[in-house]
Amino acid sequence: MIEDKPKGLRALLPILYPAVTLVVFFVIPFGIMLAVSFFEREPGGFYTTDFSIDNYGNLFTELFGRVLVFSIFISALCAVICVAVGFPFTYFITRMRRKAQVVWLVILVSVLSLSAVIVAFAWSLLLSQTAGISNLFVWLGLMGKPVSWSPGFWALTAGMCYIAFPYTVLVLYPPLSRLDPHLPEAAQTLGASPVTTFFTVVLGSLRSAIVATLIMVFAFTLGTYLIPQILGRPQHWTLSVLITDEAVYHSNLPLASAMAVFFMVVSLALVGLTMLIGKSRGPAAR
Amino acid sequence: MNRALRQLFLALVLIFLASPIVVVGGVSLNEKKSLYFPPQGFSLNWYVELFTESAWLVPIENSMIIATLSSLAAISIALPLAYFLWRYRVFYARALFMLGIAPFMLPPVITALGFLTFWATVGLYGQMVATIVSHAIFFVTLPLVTISLGFESIDREFIEAAETMGADSKAVFRTVVFPMVRSYMVSGYAFCFVLSLNEYIVAYMVSGFTVETLPIKIFNALRYGYTPVMAAVTIFFVLLAALIFGLIGRFGDLPRLMGALAPESRNA
Amino acid sequence: MAGLFLEDIHKHFGSVVAVQNVDLRIPHGRFVCFLGPSGCGKTTLLRLIAGLERPTRGRVLLEEADITDQPAHQRNFGMVFQSLALFPHLSVGDNIAYSLRIRKADASVRQRRVDALLELVRLPGYAGRHISQLSGGQRQRVAIARALAIEPRLFLLDEPLSALDAKLREDMQLEMRMLQQRLGVTTILVTHDQREAMTMSDLIVVMGTDNQVHQMGTPLEIYRNPADTFVANFIGTSNLLKGICSGSRQVTISGKTLGIEAMPENVKEGSAITISVRPEDISVVAGAPEGANHLPGRVTFVRDVGSSVEIYLDCNGFQIISQSTPKSRPAVRQGDVATAVLPPAACVVLTA
Repeated sequence: MIEDKPKGLRALLPILYPAVTLVVFFVIPFGIMLAVSFFEREPGGFYTTDFSIDNYGNLFTELFGRVLVFSIFISALCAVICVAVGFPFTYFITRMRRKAQVVWLVILVSVLSLSAVIVAFAWSLLLSQTAGISNLFVWLGLMGKPVSWSPGFWALTAGMCYIAFPYTVLVLYPPLSRLDPHLPEAAQTLGASPVTTFFTVVLGSLRSAIVATLIMVFAFTLGTYLIPQILGRPQHWTLSVLITDEAVYHSNLPLASAMAVFFMVVSLALVGLTMLIGKSRGPAAR
Repeated sequence: MNRALRQLFLALVLIFLASPIVVVGGVSLNEKKSLYFPPQGFSLNWYVELFTESAWLVPIENSMIIATLSSLAAISIALPLAYFLWRYRVFYARALFMLGIAPFMLPPVITALGFLTFWATVGLYGQMVATIVSHAIFFVTLPLVTISLGFESIDREFIEAAETMGADSKAVFRTVVFPMVRSYMVSGYAFCFVLSLNEYIVAYMVSGFTVETLPIKIFNALRYGYTPVMAAVTIFFVLLAALIFGLIGRFGDLPRLMGALAPESRNA
Repeated sequence: MAGLFLEDIHKHFGSVVAVQNVDLRIPHGRFVCFLGPSGCGKTTLLRLIAGLERPTRGRVLLEEADITDQPAHQRNFGMVFQSLALFPHLSVGDNIAYSLRIRKADASVRQRRVDALLELVRLPGYAGRHISQLSGGQRQRVAIARALAIEPRLFLLDEPLSALDAKLREDMQLEMRMLQQRLGVTTILVTHDQREAMTMSDLIVVMGTDNQVHQMGTPLEIYRNPADTFVANFIGTSNLLKGICSGSRQVTISGKTLGIEAMPENVKEGSAITISVRPEDISVVAGAPEGANHLPGRVTFVRDVGSSVEIYLDCNGFQIISQSTPKSRPAVRQGDVATAVLPPAACVVLTA
């Protein structure tokens, strides 16, 4: 039943429909977007067909530069925090009994699936004056009166880490669960304490997986749109917000497309980098 | 690592993950239209309002229709593709598989903008069908990966056994292959459904002004001030996700699905 | 002539030769084992018979009909796979009824057949069980029952016992052999375990690492008269001694002349031969008495496993192993001078 090549046209039928849908609704939209990025804006409409690289020229404004730098900074910060916490966390859950693992995975997938709107709303409540944790600190006698911490830089960081953390764990889960359990055991019989084992053997043998995860989480947080809008102040807006703004509020599809194409090139470069690192990974990581 | 330290660490992570939801849950129980935690008074009125006020019912209905149909469409694309890829190891099937993975891997705003320009060009911008099709393509990755995993788990000997017992290739598919990938299809559908329900940016860009989904409604409502109804919606979403993924965890092989879904293993 | 014929079968996978030069006739109603080391092509040969592979060259004939190109699902054979391949999504009863359901048999017919088969494999009342609820041996029986559901023209088994532990395995061997004798269905079993092949089969087909058939015969024939050194070595243990043919009924081994009972016709005087002697045919006496077919030497090792005793002798550079029962155990110890006695009737001359 499993063969090398489909024989005859009938055998090709099952793939026809997925091929057509994916090409029409994914490849063509991308092609259009790419084309539109060279078109000209039509006030009141979407765009007029034309060819100009003005949109790309218009990209590099001071605002765009500032947003780009901030986007990269906040994403890198969140990636580092998430991997630093997520790596030991994932290591622990992969060493649990299967049942406990499933419980944790259900929690993580549920959190990951939550809409960014909901996460942002929940965090802004948690950090608010009336319902937030500052009330708890007041009650504990740590603070004089409740305050609001949202919106703000740290609210934004917390919200972004909240959506990126489950993602980090799920990216780290496969390589860590494949880690040979005898490896740490061997280190311990050789005299390494559990802490030393963790840092020398577990961390060491998965170094490239960690780097790959850092990049993946970085690319993931770079794409967030709603969290900066709700938990951040205008100076905290990211590239995604800017693109949506251009497309929806300013109806400037050509400029938005040019931004998106630029953004995509950056993202693809990151994915390519991840794959390169994945290829050079040592045998222990498998 | 020290056992107590490890427990403390896990507990802190759990607190981080749970505390926003706990606060929201508390706020949703406030008696008056205020956002206090711990709640002042106790009432389930905000949940009642969620399911009786048309301002909330319409988005709920929209979201449900979109999630149900787009997941169905995603499965209909993923199943034949995964089947073909499993049966014939040809390069164009692999290329299509990569194409099916791509929408999910890119930053969502890019895919969303791609859809927006497409629907604007073909003239369906603002229609619900545009949202449904866009979600189907955007989330096709999930059933594609889970169903492919299901096919891979079918040992060759199962098929040969069926053949030696008289089943032709149609009968083999009907009696062996399909029943064995069915549970993976259900998992794929569930993932798709929950994510479509929660998705904001694509729905917003493609037809956010005319077809209000639940996340769009929440976001719009946020601008006019917070109310406990939003807290009730949040809890509704959390419970729905926990229920569906809990069921997958109970009846499916979640550790294996996670192993396959994580992008890291795909790159390897 | 009734039976299964394999005519000049060759099977290549790309540049790899899996099976070559196979000509076999398997008579109706027999239990046949394909025996050989791993990679000898025995499983490929079975799959060719089942229709799961097409031969690169050659024909498969059953009851004089050419079935070479007939697809597996039209052959009406029953096959038990190495993994057993019991469908995890079906109950025990539905697994057994699978081939009847495919052939659109009535529910009542299926029900009766399932009950009869479960009775046959001594699992009555298990129809409603789930596959995951069965033990290894029970799964084995369900797989056998499933393969027998349509009263197959051929019953094929691909190392089905390899996953079982030693004790259960021996029980299943006896059980399957008796079942086959009762049903009289032509059966082919693939195995790499010579003891299993000896226990179960009417006929053994020995295949070698060159992917060819080396010998076909009854277990005793193969044991007593191996066709070549490969068979002699693979079936049981054998003492293989290199020498020269020095007469119509004698051979010379390291200067000593031994009498034998039969010399193959094509062997000329002076040509190199090997003789094969089974350890249990060799007796050992203490000291160095002279006599016909006596090879003097020294005891290098004594292995006493309780039920038998093996004595390793170094006879002028040749290692000779003798096996005896504890009762007839010779009075020798490691380091003693001793003599091996090789009865002429036990010395089989091999030319390859």
